[in-house]
Amino acid sequence: MHPLLRMTMQRLALGLLTLFAISLFIFLAIELLPGDLTEEILGQSATPETVAAFRRELGLDQPAHLRYLDWLGGALMGDFGTSLANGREIGELLAARFGNTLFLAAYAAAISVPLALSLGLLAALYRGSWFDRFVNVATLSSISFPEYFVAYILLLFLSVKWGLFPSIADFGSGADLGTMLYRTFLPALTLVLVVTAHMMRMTRAAIINLLAQPYIEMARLKGASPARVILRHALPNALSPIINVVALNLAYLITGVVIVEVVFVFPGLGQLMVDSVAKRDIPVVQAACLIFAGIYILLNLAADLLAIATNPRLMHRK
Amino acid sequence: MTFTDISRRGFLATGTAALALGPTALRAQAGPKRGGAIRIGHSGGATSDTIDPATYAAGPVVTAMLGGVCNNLVEIDAEGRAAPELAESFEPDAEARVWTFKLRDVAFSNGARLTAADVIASFNHHRGEDTKSGAKGLLDQVADIRADGERVVVFELTAGNADFPFVAADYHFVIMPDDGSGRIDWQAGIGTGGYTLEEHEPGVRIRLKRRDDYWKEDRAWFDEVTLLTINDPTARQNALVTGEVDIINGVPPKTVHLLGRRPGLSLVEVTGTAHYPFPMHCDTAPFDDVNVRLALKHAIDRQEMLDKVLKGHGSLGNDHPIAPGNRFHAADLEQRAYDPDRAKYHLKQAGLDSLDVSLSTSDAAFAGAVDAAVLFQESAGRAGIRVNVDRKPADGYWSNVWLKDSFAMSYWNGRPTEDWMFSLVYADGAEWNESRWSNPRFNELLVAARAELDEGLRAEMYHEMQALCRDDGGSIIPMFANYIDGKNDRIAHGEVASNRFLDGWKVVERWWAV
Repeated sequence: MHPLLRMTMQRLALGLLTLFAISLFIFLAIELLPGDLTEEILGQSATPETVAAFRRELGLDQPAHLRYLDWLGGALMGDFGTSLANGREIGELLAARFGNTLFLAAYAAAISVPLALSLGLLAALYRGSWFDRFVNVATLSSISFPEYFVAYILLLFLSVKWGLFPSIADFGSGADLGTMLYRTFLPALTLVLVVTAHMMRMTRAAIINLLAQPYIEMARLKGASPARVILRHALPNALSPIINVVALNLAYLITGVVIVEVVFVFPGLGQLMVDSVAKRDIPVVQAACLIFAGIYILLNLAADLLAIATNPRLMHRK
Repeated sequence: MTFTDISRRGFLATGTAALALGPTALRAQAGPKRGGAIRIGHSGGATSDTIDPATYAAGPVVTAMLGGVCNNLVEIDAEGRAAPELAESFEPDAEARVWTFKLRDVAFSNGARLTAADVIASFNHHRGEDTKSGAKGLLDQVADIRADGERVVVFELTAGNADFPFVAADYHFVIMPDDGSGRIDWQAGIGTGGYTLEEHEPGVRIRLKRRDDYWKEDRAWFDEVTLLTINDPTARQNALVTGEVDIINGVPPKTVHLLGRRPGLSLVEVTGTAHYPFPMHCDTAPFDDVNVRLALKHAIDRQEMLDKVLKGHGSLGNDHPIAPGNRFHAADLEQRAYDPDRAKYHLKQAGLDSLDVSLSTSDAAFAGAVDAAVLFQESAGRAGIRVNVDRKPADGYWSNVWLKDSFAMSYWNGRPTEDWMFSLVYADGAEWNESRWSNPRFNELLVAARAELDEGLRAEMYHEMQALCRDDGGSIIPMFANYIDGKNDRIAHGEVASNRFLDGWKVVERWWAV
């Protein structure tokens, strides 16, 4: 078997084991939270009788291990069950929101990844210049502000004062691509500002590190242009750390955007997860967590595979 | 903020100004007309929302279902009276124990006619062993519901209740069609209301479309209504400012002056029944001594709390839960004020030189609860009372702290009638008697007033009960909050009900586009 293929299989098997452990961990964590779904939903108007009737209806009166095994049995068959709070199919609840989340993440990534990489390359090329300093200060400032602050500032100027973009990102059902891109521009821009610095700094650092190597000096002495030195000679060797940091940021764009969702009223997975934890809706939390965990696992795997592909030495490690 | 400030900014109604101006001053100029697709930015939605009336939460779902898709037997009108809705009329017997509701001949949106069976199934959804309804306790007083022919429903109560029609107006008791087996099919979202439920994406949006054959001719004006869940108050205000939505609810008092200044927008403000009690357990030392309770009641600076926590958008409370807008509000009862000397006097009467108490609080009780507790700590300190502010986690506050700690902050949206509010929270043995107060005279009056059909006698009794609450009861009630909603100039409305926000949750049915 090809070593890369074998590694992929191993990692996927490990990934499944991780998902199982996560589902158990999440279940236990929610069990530890005070109150259960019936008390959270009935809130101030809960009485012992109504809580008991509600629990009977949902099977929450069963012991925890039985409920977990029951859920696990369904999940193994691909049935994640229904939301305890409103009885809807979890697949149906998740599908639209997961699509939205992926759309926003892809939108933000399509802007931020090329932007960060080119800024990083240029900053490395003109290291110490005014351009380099400006890019560093600007991206580090935008990452240093809390996300909601960046979001509110963008809202204030681009939406409330100048009226260029809508303040609500929810584009409803059946919108065309243009509307979707227009409506979600502000949240995407917020995310771009938040993730660019990390990737830009890593690109710059990796390239600068390599520029001090003798083989780069050799390339320069041969008379290669600065662009060729960086793109042909330095970049391929810097790809591995850059790919890793890009993968981490992509995972963040999918899993960590709940604040942006709230500010711009965007129906993504983050809000679903927060609401479900608040209501102790365990099956929904489980499903959302498994999606998040699966994305981390897959992105990390992809990053490792790409890193190996760009650096064949890693395949022949002794 | 002073009173004149508020009026100058053109607020529609605020506190007693609303009462002084009277309904005519508030009425918009042009008459209502049909048409328009509007969007409402609404707080309180979550992805766990359901349209099951047993467990639905006050948020966009209730605004859509109570005010748009369904009707109740009775609705509460802008003057706070119980007005017949799906009931053509309702009649009590001489003891107010047996109530007969005659039903209108109207159609559900699926074409079926409304019958007594639908009403019975809708109420039984909240009764019996297996119900999980938050309104179960309200129907404990109902011994039997029976049909008397196709279009008459008879409610037999365990004891007389002159205010029973108000109970039928509760947001849980919307009428949905019987599925043939004595149960309602709530999943279908079918009602007799002016709109049909076109789309419900929980915690995101609800879309309603007007029915052409609605039985009320002077209601349900919009062609289409979209309720968007916008839980973040800043996002909600931005949505109104940028024209993304036409109406929002729950404008926070802290920023309300900014919104009122914008051209093209206006605020709709009414003094509601929502209040913020500080209940003390009357069966637990030191609160078992009425002098200690009175000392604490005099040690709170109500005006300061109203000015700082609600920025003046509310009215002073007088240690009883009956709001200025309620029918039998005792306006002539002397307003209790901050008086540290009086507090010290009561402490001395209780045989104490100083007092240490611990007050449990959390922003889960209401927004600003922790600030209010700290203000109380300051004002009580000057009266020789040390209040330890014990901040509890917001998560699980209602199940783990409220009703359990002997002095813990609470919140009530209030109820449309005196009897309901008192029976729910102040009656001896009530499940939610948060102050564990038991006053024989009060409980005797409560039962007598409930079955009394003579309005004058009832007013007297409720007056005395408010005085008892104020002077003997276990709850400090420093203030009532206003309901503040915002709208743009596209939207007009008549006189606004004060029982809930957004015109008693009936905005979808009562307001119109100009």
